[in-house]
Amino acid sequence: MEEKNVSRLLCLTACMFLVLFSARLHAQEQDIPKKFFVPPPPFTPGIFPCSQCHQGMPVNKHPRKLEMHQEIADSLKHMPGGWCFDCHNPDNRDKLRLANGKLVSFEESYILCGQCHGIILREWKAGLHGKRTGMWNGEKQYRLCVHCHWPHNPRFKPIKPLPPPVRPTDIK
Amino acid sequence: MRKIVKKKDGIHLDRRSFLKGAALGLAGAALPVKSADASFWEAFFQKHFKEMNDDEIKQVISRLEHEYEEKYKKTITVGNEKAIPGVLFGYGLDLSRCIGCRRCEYACVDENNQSKDPQIHWISVLRFKKGEKWVDLEDSEKYYNPELVPEQDYFYMPVQCQQCENPPCVRACPTQATWKEPDGIVVVDYNWCIGCRYCMAACPYGARHFNWTEPGRKSEEINSQTHYLGNRPRYKGVVEKCTFCIQRTRNGRYPACVEACPVGARKFGNMLDPNSEIRYAIEHKRVFRLKEDLNTYPKFYYFFAYGV
Repeated sequence: MEEKNVSRLLCLTACMFLVLFSARLHAQEQDIPKKFFVPPPPFTPGIFPCSQCHQGMPVNKHPRKLEMHQEIADSLKHMPGGWCFDCHNPDNRDKLRLANGKLVSFEESYILCGQCHGIILREWKAGLHGKRTGMWNGEKQYRLCVHCHWPHNPRFKPIKPLPPPVRPTDIK
Repeated sequence: MRKIVKKKDGIHLDRRSFLKGAALGLAGAALPVKSADASFWEAFFQKHFKEMNDDEIKQVISRLEHEYEEKYKKTITVGNEKAIPGVLFGYGLDLSRCIGCRRCEYACVDENNQSKDPQIHWISVLRFKKGEKWVDLEDSEKYYNPELVPEQDYFYMPVQCQQCENPPCVRACPTQATWKEPDGIVVVDYNWCIGCRYCMAACPYGARHFNWTEPGRKSEEINSQTHYLGNRPRYKGVVEKCTFCIQRTRNGRYPACVEACPVGARKFGNMLDPNSEIRYAIEHKRVFRLKEDLNTYPKFYYFFAYGV
């Protein structure tokens, strides 16, 4: 009788472990961020990696008049009172830094943008925000936020429209 | 009795013999009989597209490819991809993003071999003043031409074929030259269209266009990847319309206008697939369809993604 109980208990614990383990596995699967097929970030030619100049340079975190990149600082119209290191990483310039201190590559800059623009990020992932090319039923080419929005002044710039259609009265 | 009277100023027939002769002779005389014109007879006796089997369609397509090659001096492939089972195409357009730049309009022309002179555009981008009664399409401006878009106080709404589930144009056609395919695309068979333009009168969206002349387009501008029911070169006197780029979408690609839009306002996908972009738009945004009250059930959804 006792032996039977013991075996039952063993069986039960084994089952519980299995359930817990599979739940953990499932959670891990969801933790892995999905990779999106994006083209390389639109860097100014020759500017990346940033470490080619910044390597060994002393880090000065204070807002000031810059010798290099002042044009970016001048046109910075993103966060009021923002400064480079809100997004750029002072210790390794080839990465971006999230608010929680984690580093992300420039290829995953959408994670950085999504810290504030969460709804937009969600819609971008779902395919609603932004442009897609490729296959509607297969591989899609996504674009990074920065392909359309210059990150330092992200508002979409007005463009020249293509010519209006010919009026029916003007058709010869 | 003499029927033919020869006079100094010509031959005169009496009425009866003229009619007899006309019935027999004239019809035949007007039509070509040489062997080189065999394709004319094939075209003349071509069956309705839906009544043809695969072999017959293949024959028709090879005849067309031959005709196009002679006409445009280049190889033009005419495809016949069938509708993919379990697919119903839907389109979404985000009016809060559209900036009215007309990139879609011209990308459509490049892709679909429309006539450039006289000009035929399948997409019309309409401009409305913000805050005014704007669903009245007649109050819209189609010929706006500012230096830069978007303009302050205006918004833009591109209109093209809405691919209705209940298409009034199909019912208006006397020759059944236009019909709705199983994947929801309303197509035209340019070889069956007689050019009566009833469908144009029936369409509440102004989406159908007529070739008043032989389509004016240079041979080097012709897109040689075509579909029988889509962008193959048209004839004088037939009606044409947007087909959601059937030659692209039936091969899994996005329509040309979707890929041309610089702001990503255009969404396309399979409405039967719960994970598609278009389903996301329909389920998460307030969508509306143009002239819903006409019971045409368009598969073209307008929405405002931003500021709801």
